[in-house]
Amino acid sequence: MAEHNLFLLFACLPFATSLILLTLRQTARGAATWLSGLSLVAGLAILAGFLPDIRTGGVLRASGEWVPSLGMNLALRMDGFAWLFATLVLSIGVLVVIYARYYMGSGDSLPRFFALLMAFTGAMQGILISGNVLVMVVFWELTSFMSFLLIGFWHQGAAARDGARTALIITALGGLCLLTAMLMLGQVAGTYDLGIILRSGDAIRAHPWYGAILALFLLGAFTKSAQFPFHFWLPGAMAAPTPVSAFLHSATMVKAGVFLLVRFSPALGGTEAWFFTVTGIGMITLILGAAVALYRHDLKGLLAYSTISHLGLITALAGIGGPVAILAAIFHICNHAVFKASLFMAAGIIDHETGTRDMRRLSGLFRPMPFTATLAIVAAAAMAGVPLLNGFLSKEMFLAEAVDWHNGTWLDEALPYLAVVGSCLSVAYSLRFIATVFFGPQATDLPKAPHEPVAWMRRPVELLVLICLLVGIFPALTLGPIVNAAARSVAGAEMPYYKIAIWHGVNAPLMLSLVALAVGALIYVFSARAIAAGPEGPFLLHRLRAQRVYDWLLFRLTWRLPRLAHGVMSTESLQPQLRLLVLTGVAVAVASLWGGLTLAQELRLHAPNPAFAMLWTVGAACAIGAAWQAKYHRFAALVLLGGAGVVTCLTFAWFSSPDLAVTQLLVEIVTTVLLLLGLRWLPKRRSEIAEDKLMPAKIRRGRDLVIALAGGFGIAAIAFTVMTRPVVSNVGDWFLGNAYYEGGGTNVVNVILVDFRAFDTFGEISVLAIVGLTVYGLLRRFRPAPESVEAPYQQTVDDSPSLDDYLYVPSVLMIWMFPILIMLSGYFFFRGHDLPGGGFAAGVTLAIAFLIQYIATNVRWVEARITVLPIRWMGFGLLIAVSTGMGAWLFGYPFLTAHARYVDIPLIGQVPAATALLFDIGVFATVVGAVVLMLVAIAHQSLRASRMREADELAAAKKEAA
Amino acid sequence: MEIILSAAIGILSASGIWLLLRPRSFQVVVGLCLLSYAVNLFIFSMGRLTPGAPPIMPKGGFVDPTRYADPLPQALVLTAIVISFATTALFLVVMIASRGMTGTDHVDGKERSQ
Repeated sequence: MAEHNLFLLFACLPFATSLILLTLRQTARGAATWLSGLSLVAGLAILAGFLPDIRTGGVLRASGEWVPSLGMNLALRMDGFAWLFATLVLSIGVLVVIYARYYMGSGDSLPRFFALLMAFTGAMQGILISGNVLVMVVFWELTSFMSFLLIGFWHQGAAARDGARTALIITALGGLCLLTAMLMLGQVAGTYDLGIILRSGDAIRAHPWYGAILALFLLGAFTKSAQFPFHFWLPGAMAAPTPVSAFLHSATMVKAGVFLLVRFSPALGGTEAWFFTVTGIGMITLILGAAVALYRHDLKGLLAYSTISHLGLITALAGIGGPVAILAAIFHICNHAVFKASLFMAAGIIDHETGTRDMRRLSGLFRPMPFTATLAIVAAAAMAGVPLLNGFLSKEMFLAEAVDWHNGTWLDEALPYLAVVGSCLSVAYSLRFIATVFFGPQATDLPKAPHEPVAWMRRPVELLVLICLLVGIFPALTLGPIVNAAARSVAGAEMPYYKIAIWHGVNAPLMLSLVALAVGALIYVFSARAIAAGPEGPFLLHRLRAQRVYDWLLFRLTWRLPRLAHGVMSTESLQPQLRLLVLTGVAVAVASLWGGLTLAQELRLHAPNPAFAMLWTVGAACAIGAAWQAKYHRFAALVLLGGAGVVTCLTFAWFSSPDLAVTQLLVEIVTTVLLLLGLRWLPKRRSEIAEDKLMPAKIRRGRDLVIALAGGFGIAAIAFTVMTRPVVSNVGDWFLGNAYYEGGGTNVVNVILVDFRAFDTFGEISVLAIVGLTVYGLLRRFRPAPESVEAPYQQTVDDSPSLDDYLYVPSVLMIWMFPILIMLSGYFFFRGHDLPGGGFAAGVTLAIAFLIQYIATNVRWVEARITVLPIRWMGFGLLIAVSTGMGAWLFGYPFLTAHARYVDIPLIGQVPAATALLFDIGVFATVVGAVVLMLVAIAHQSLRASRMREADELAAAKKEAA
Repeated sequence: MEIILSAAIGILSASGIWLLLRPRSFQVVVGLCLLSYAVNLFIFSMGRLTPGAPPIMPKGGFVDPTRYADPLPQALVLTAIVISFATTALFLVVMIASRGMTGTDHVDGKERSQ
């Protein structure tokens, strides 16, 4: 159990550290470094605790619930391979953290950098220890995202942004392929459990989906591990800070792809298709990467292509797939991580201390920085495969596999030759790195005078180089046992112990190694001059770049094609869109109701009332009039609109819904005032728009009339059909029956709003508050059209003081209405639970009370006397509503459960005292706040316009005076 | 009664749809208001028309649901009224902001002839 919990802790630790790091101050460099470093060391300590189990071939498991509805658990699984890889990731992580502490400048936010790095570490080890293939894909995508953020850490630079984007697009697309592959794999194997899938290799290989699964799976692995033709994102990612390159692009992220290849080789490998694609692509990448690396002038570019080449080597080994090949692949994963991380760090030091990474400028650095130079030379020798260093051992195992292993295909026959070509090139570029940077005449025109870095920046490199030497000289004592345990966990427990040794006698691999060393040196010696002067790639090949193909595709897919499609399928004009919307609505209604819309057997009809008929004659006239006049006579249309609203309101009252009638009436008032305030900012329209009389305009109007009539008729038909059907019992009956007993109120509509369906109401007041804030926000930046800024006509003709007396008596009455309206609002509020009224109505009433003061006088007069803080009203309203809802939790009920009772208050009598009333206070305050905020924001525009006017006049006067 | 109200809903929505398809922003705002009346009445009428029986319960005792108007459409429409006010306000502000920025009150921000 303790182990189980430790395992879970191990999985969560980096993410938790990342969250804590985000809360640190930007300047807390030391704290951030210690925290990240210690977190990684703690992870290593936990891993050390697992070692005894792992060495004996044990598999640790742990699981936590994650998405139970999908059957997806956070299943964790660790065997020897995962253990070795996780140790590698965390160890290099610690060194990178120390290195980054000194590498990153004072302008960079170290806590943020480490937070990203920790989150990446968590995602990376998540891939390694997932016990469920879907969980693995989730972590896989997470590494893509984190690497995007890390590559783009210096997002001020265009190169970093482009590199980050390319890396994300390529690796995340690969991740999607991988997801599909994993889903198919899960279907074939009948489970998503990694352990079972790995054991059901025979069933998978025999399945008809095998080809598709293999293709998608390899796309995922190849994109991540930068295999040809997806390799180009890795050099682009070199725009990242060097610690990121050292961590992600040597030891961890790019190794995720080869990890997956090795991991799944028992389940998917062993077929001819696997061998040809994986080993074939691996060999192409190996040679191509090495060839291009030789020609790169940028130090990190050389290392990036060298990484691509070494990843190709590991891929090729995974493609061969025998126990020894798997062991060699795992061994090379470790070795490459160690020497490449140290080389990246050394390149970072050179860049940091000289100010350039261009190898054509760097020269003779051995003299000013002898220690760094020695370290880099040893690491580069390991990269070249020089004996007594770790790179030599795994490379020789690769050569041995190429020579000894046979399956009789042409690719198998060609393997030794291809391997030697790759090795030669590898020697050549390593030699170029050493010779140009550290030897020759000392460069004099460097941006900075080179010198040794601070000691702690060099320590991680020293340690890594020491490991190169130790593993290279005593392989059997250091990495041997654990690499064997890791290989056994992949290839099966029956695999014999493979003794890694330096000396196997004089045999073919040794001869090939020596040939490679000699030929590589010759290649460099004879082409050094040409390379330094030439382009960044071997002849002809530098013209043919995958990056260009990618750019071309990206441009077509994300720029040209969408624009083309937009031109064909869309429009920026509103009218066709609305027309389409209405027509679709009509079409959908017709299609779904065709033949089904029949009248009931016995119509439920009330005898027509002449007064009601009269009422709607007026209402219909108002509606049609508004439609007719809205273009040229806005004010008339507005009045007519109000008429239609009042008739609607009376209809509500007529058919037994006093609550709706009250609310509609009040809202009608506010809407009309609001639109009136808006009219001021629209252009004057005294003369006919010329083209209105032309034929096209007439045709458009005719067409729209037909659409409108069709829509109106359809809605009327549906309404009539439903209205005349007999009543069916529905949920409304339950509300009626239980409003008093369950909700403690007799007004059912109000009880529904504040108790039964309070959560809906809560959503609605939130919407109201959001709209209020949006209106406010939009108007803060509002600039009126120049012609609207002038003072209105009424204010210019009569400039006498009598303007203050304009509508004097009504304004006095309106001011006096203030207390009465407040009382009315309170009345509506308190009776709401039992009788028509409630928070909405009371809120709008109070808003009207404020509004009337603005109408009666003016903005300055009102605001000198009362201060309304609408945003606070809204905020407190929402807070009250939420806390009432959460109060139910205290008593163990779900959110917004209400409690109801009646309380006797002397003089007033029985008052309903439900907690729903508290909620209603929240509704009330939010409505007041939102409505007042919107109206006042629009009203203030006039004030601003007059200020602008005054400023203009002042400016004009000044100009005249000048 | 039913035929009058459904005709009224039809006329309101026809006027609303007509205005929705017009080129001037104020026409569209008025159209949306009319359409919201129509839709509110439509939803309301789905609970059938019941004159003279508001859903106000007695305090205690047996409740016969058939004697009262359906409260559910009423509750739906009540919030719809307030929300439609909010959206009208939002459209209005977008309308005047667009007018201020583009100098025209055409819904596309430019006159058709341009």
